Amino acid sequence: MRAHRLANLARHAILLLGSATVVIPFLWMFTTSLRSRAETYTNTTVVPTSWHWENYARAWESAPFGQYYLNSTLMAVGIVLGHLVLDALAAYAFARLRFPLRTALFVLLLAVLLVPNFVTIIPAYSLVAGFGWIDTYAALIVPRLADVFGIILLRQYFASIPQELEDAARIDGCSRAGTFFRIMVPLSMPAFATLAIFSFLFAWNDFLWPLLVTNSDEMRTIQVGLSSFQGRYGTSWNYLMAGTMMATVPSMAVFMLFQRALVRGIAMTGLKD
Amino acid sequence: MTSLLTARAAPSGRRGPSQPRRSRRYDRAEVLTALAFLLPALVVLGVFVVYPIASAAHISLTSWNGFDPVKELVGLDNYAQLAQDPAFWNSLLVTVIYGIGVCVLSVVSGLAIALLLDAPLRGRGFYRGVYFLPTVTSSVAAAIVWRYLFDPAGYVNTWLEQLGVSGPDWFGDRWLALGLLTSLTVWKSLGFNAILYLTALQALPTGVFEAAQLDGAGMWQRIRRITVPLLRPMTFFVVVQGLITSFQAFDLVYVLTGGGPRGGTEVLGMFMYREAFRLGNFGYGTAIAFVTLFLVLGVTLVQWRASGSGRSTLR
Repeated sequence: MRAHRLANLARHAILLLGSATVVIPFLWMFTTSLRSRAETYTNTTVVPTSWHWENYARAWESAPFGQYYLNSTLMAVGIVLGHLVLDALAAYAFARLRFPLRTALFVLLLAVLLVPNFVTIIPAYSLVAGFGWIDTYAALIVPRLADVFGIILLRQYFASIPQELEDAARIDGCSRAGTFFRIMVPLSMPAFATLAIFSFLFAWNDFLWPLLVTNSDEMRTIQVGLSSFQGRYGTSWNYLMAGTMMATVPSMAVFMLFQRALVRGIAMTGLKD
Repeated sequence: MTSLLTARAAPSGRRGPSQPRRSRRYDRAEVLTALAFLLPALVVLGVFVVYPIASAAHISLTSWNGFDPVKELVGLDNYAQLAQDPAFWNSLLVTVIYGIGVCVLSVVSGLAIALLLDAPLRGRGFYRGVYFLPTVTSSVAAAIVWRYLFDPAGYVNTWLEQLGVSGPDWFGDRWLALGLLTSLTVWKSLGFNAILYLTALQALPTGVFEAAQLDGAGMWQRIRRITVPLLRPMTFFVVVQGLITSFQAFDLVYVLTGGGPRGGTEVLGMFMYREAFRLGNFGYGTAIAFVTLFLVLGVTLVQWRASGSGRSTLR
């Protein structure tokens, strides 16, 4: 019993040490965002001697963070909705419907998953430029309305729902589409929640694509805006960290609210992003 | 239509032997439904993913600059040029070292955290949440914080000074910068790897461990001789994921080091970005992208083979 307690104490000690390496950067980001400018350079103490909440207002004013937030939100909502609808429909077809070339098509999708996004990014960029979409919401949203990861995740979940439930509805005269919307969709809410969180985090944190397809400050997403903010205000650490906090808080909030669904999703698929 | 419906409705187990399990003919209505369900996703993926892959194969054989209406074919010139470009070899070397570093540290840290969190412990959920925070944080935000933590005037060097050590110029030395980039990457996927290992640990049979304990095997022995070998398939998965992430790295590098100092952290993604979007060499940039594709395919092929044999040894 004693040895057991000692072992647990050791475990706590190591885990806490590890947690410190995770927490310290976040803590530093938070406290730096509240320091006076002078104090950012003499940051020997962890806790600021005076709290400057106005740094947030300053950061908010010195770059169009409101616009960045709006752009990121619109992009994230569009992508999440797109994934929920388009991925779910395709996943259902792969899970339950019989049609020619089903396996071949699914294997093709799996193969696409292996292709690094660098390969597609240059042609996709010139395609979007050709459509005249540069600096529009269309460029941010439309190319990412569907994704392979979501199709695989939902297909796996749909396949785990007993066929008998659908058969019963079919006997009662429900159409194929009807069984999907009335039986499968209500039963798959946990999987939809997982996919929605993954898609939101992907969209909110996405960087390279928005960096390429937006030029004007009005169309920048929060991550691209933050990166350019760093370029301009790199020496004002307090404002920069206030901006970084603003870019980080939404994804953290989503994570804290929906941690269970997220962890379950990773355990289910072993995939990320 | 009615006969089809009744045939469908019959429970699968009770189908007569004369009725084949899967008829070769498709139900027309079902195929049409499938088409309607698939079309939106397939159009998006077809236009913005599959077509670009084919198009990239073409562009990599041209000297296109991104604006000319004509893409002049140059054959394999881009690849030949790559082979002679010292910046490419530097980038490939940096990527490989970075990838190996990320894999080794990911396996060690992910496994360690998972082992510590495996048995019941007070506050397990708390630790899991904390270790996961970096994973949900954006690469840009994480890299900015690290960039200033390790700034010559930043918190880390101030702290080192208090200990009487003069802190190095983290971003002036290529190996230190690459080390930081590697650490940041591992830090970001800490929680992800730990959860993968935790899932694998919880699926292991407990009987083996009890038997080993009865036979007098100590904790370290059990970990070394039983846990680690049994977790091999997951380790392989973590390694492959780590390599693929490294081959595709961009965001973290762009913000943390910008590829510097003097190309010291210029991974392939950064190199491609510079060539294609800074210098306008779309053809050359696409050729670089294809090198990452070959690397990823190579790694995946190895994983495929090894996980196949790995599974058979487990059975």
